[in-house]
Amino acid sequence: MTLERAIAGIFVVVCLVYGYTAFVVMEAGLLPFERNMTFLPNVLPKWLSVIGVAVGAAVLVQSGPGADAEGESDGIDVRRLRQYKLGQAVLLLVLMVAYALLLRPVGFVTTTTLFLVLASAALGERRFAVLVPVSVLAAFLIWYLVQQVLGIFLRPWPWFV
Amino acid sequence: MIDGILTGLATAFGIGNLLMVVAGCLIGTFIGMLPGLGPMSIIAIMIPVAIQIGDPAAALILLAGVYYGAIFGGSTSSILINAPGVAGTVATAFDGYPLARRGQAGKALTVAAIASFSGGTIGAILLMGFAPGLATVALLFHSAEYFALMVVGLAAIAAFAGSGQVAKALMMTVLGVMLATVGESALFNAPRYTFGIRDLQSGISFITLAMALFALPEALYLVLNPKRAQQGGKGEGRIANLRITRGEAREIAPVIGRQSLQGFFVGVMPGAGATIASFLGYAVERNIAKGEDRARFGKGSLKGLAAPETANNAACTGSFVPLLTLGIPGSGTTAILLGALIALNVAPGPRLMVDNPSVFWAVIISMYLGNVVLLILNLPLIPYIAKLLEVPRNYLIPFILFFTMMGSYIGQNNATELLLLTGMGVVATVMRMAGFPLAPMLIGFILGPLLEDNFARAMNLTDGVRFMWERPMTAVLLVFAVVLVFLPTIRGGLARLGRRGAAGGG
Repeated sequence: MTLERAIAGIFVVVCLVYGYTAFVVMEAGLLPFERNMTFLPNVLPKWLSVIGVAVGAAVLVQSGPGADAEGESDGIDVRRLRQYKLGQAVLLLVLMVAYALLLRPVGFVTTTTLFLVLASAALGERRFAVLVPVSVLAAFLIWYLVQQVLGIFLRPWPWFV
Repeated sequence: MIDGILTGLATAFGIGNLLMVVAGCLIGTFIGMLPGLGPMSIIAIMIPVAIQIGDPAAALILLAGVYYGAIFGGSTSSILINAPGVAGTVATAFDGYPLARRGQAGKALTVAAIASFSGGTIGAILLMGFAPGLATVALLFHSAEYFALMVVGLAAIAAFAGSGQVAKALMMTVLGVMLATVGESALFNAPRYTFGIRDLQSGISFITLAMALFALPEALYLVLNPKRAQQGGKGEGRIANLRITRGEAREIAPVIGRQSLQGFFVGVMPGAGATIASFLGYAVERNIAKGEDRARFGKGSLKGLAAPETANNAACTGSFVPLLTLGIPGSGTTAILLGALIALNVAPGPRLMVDNPSVFWAVIISMYLGNVVLLILNLPLIPYIAKLLEVPRNYLIPFILFFTMMGSYIGQNNATELLLLTGMGVVATVMRMAGFPLAPMLIGFILGPLLEDNFARAMNLTDGVRFMWERPMTAVLLVFAVVLVFLPTIRGGLARLGRRGAAGGG
């Protein structure tokens, strides 16, 4: 099964669940007086789920055997994914999740500096004498711009400072 | 009218107001360049400054300058790093970024600057001539027509995806509208599809989705395939190539002419605005182009770059028409401007021209000035801006990822947004690998709430969906949308039949 068909298949399943929520779950949750109203929050989702299933099925049919090789024109050949630097990409994504979770408790300047240093290191940067000052400076500068100039609050330091 | 123009000239050419234009354009360009900070957020941030100024004409001139600058700056980041900071410049990246990767970033930026300038200037001339009359066109539209118009817009976006891609593009559009239904619905404030997560109650932020669909997959592609960055890395040749040849100028001139007009009129219609204008402009030019010209769209066509750039600037100007003459904002950005005007004690509407002619005309005159400033400002700065591409990959990628996260964090100020960004980014990357177009999804997402609002209003007015066939204009528009979706399929089917017939006969 090609990636294209798999995605279309998943989309159809998502539409079915989405539709089930609209047709059954949300319908059951309506208040008595709402039942007489013309427009309800689940009207558009109902339409969308029906159209979605139809369109997803169309993609499934169209991308049958003999469909074009996937994404080659875009530079990445999915069938040879292991030849690419998959490890680095996964590592960066993990760092992004860690950034999201640590931003509030550990503070903006600390988290950002750590993120920039670790992400560059993950990509193979080893000149830490350059990397660390650049990261610290960038983190400070952006914190200053956002907090002082734009006036959006960002806690710079960990919660215990 | 002549009196008004003269008053406007006198006001706009005052030293203070000239400075406002320059300052607005500069601030807008630089902030707009940062992926994730669109004109809406920049203008919202500038409102306290504008109110401090006190003079409504000067304040509006400053904000309009910021608006133009932001759209202009957004196209710069679209071209250089494929990270559109603004929805209106997503289409710019289609051809602008391939050009930059081929080492022609300088040329791409020049074309963008000229196209923006022309679109904005022609738009300003049209605004001056048509403003009072045009407003009546928009007045004829009711919610039913708006609904139909948006359906046409979505269908057109799917139809422009190219042969064999229509179903996929349509699927992505539906997915985008589905994502837009997360959170509170039109006319009701009960949460839907939030899975009990409170941060989702206000919906997914547009910036987060834009980042997840464009900036993040691009950064991940750069990581996965390091050669990709080197493909465009023919260092010095890039900036030397700032000029465009006479032949190229002749090639893009008709595009600029057509798209200035089309973009302006699209911009006048409330709810449409720069984003639709740029996509529609791209689609129309792609359909007009023939043979080899057409094949180059998406691979670095100058026409494909000039079309959305012209259209979005013309539309920005166009969106001032309903704001200044009716007091109805045509887009989210002009809605924020409306708020600023009210705070400054100016009531926009039909009486604005009578009561405050200096404000009305000064804004229009300053639009010309703003365009000149942008052209003078951006062209000399291009070589410096293009230097952004020479930053080593090991530094560039972490910074792109960081700016992506900042963009979505600042808008909502919650960390859930960052997790959403990462998750949707991974999904978007996989979809891109499978050859699914991502832009239709974003457009579906942006138009989703407007679509539902107008759908709801139209349904309430006619007590059901009868409006779809009872109002002739709505019916015509909806039929047109259906034709748009099925036309490529029918054409493809006919071509296949023809080939089979020829093969069988031969």
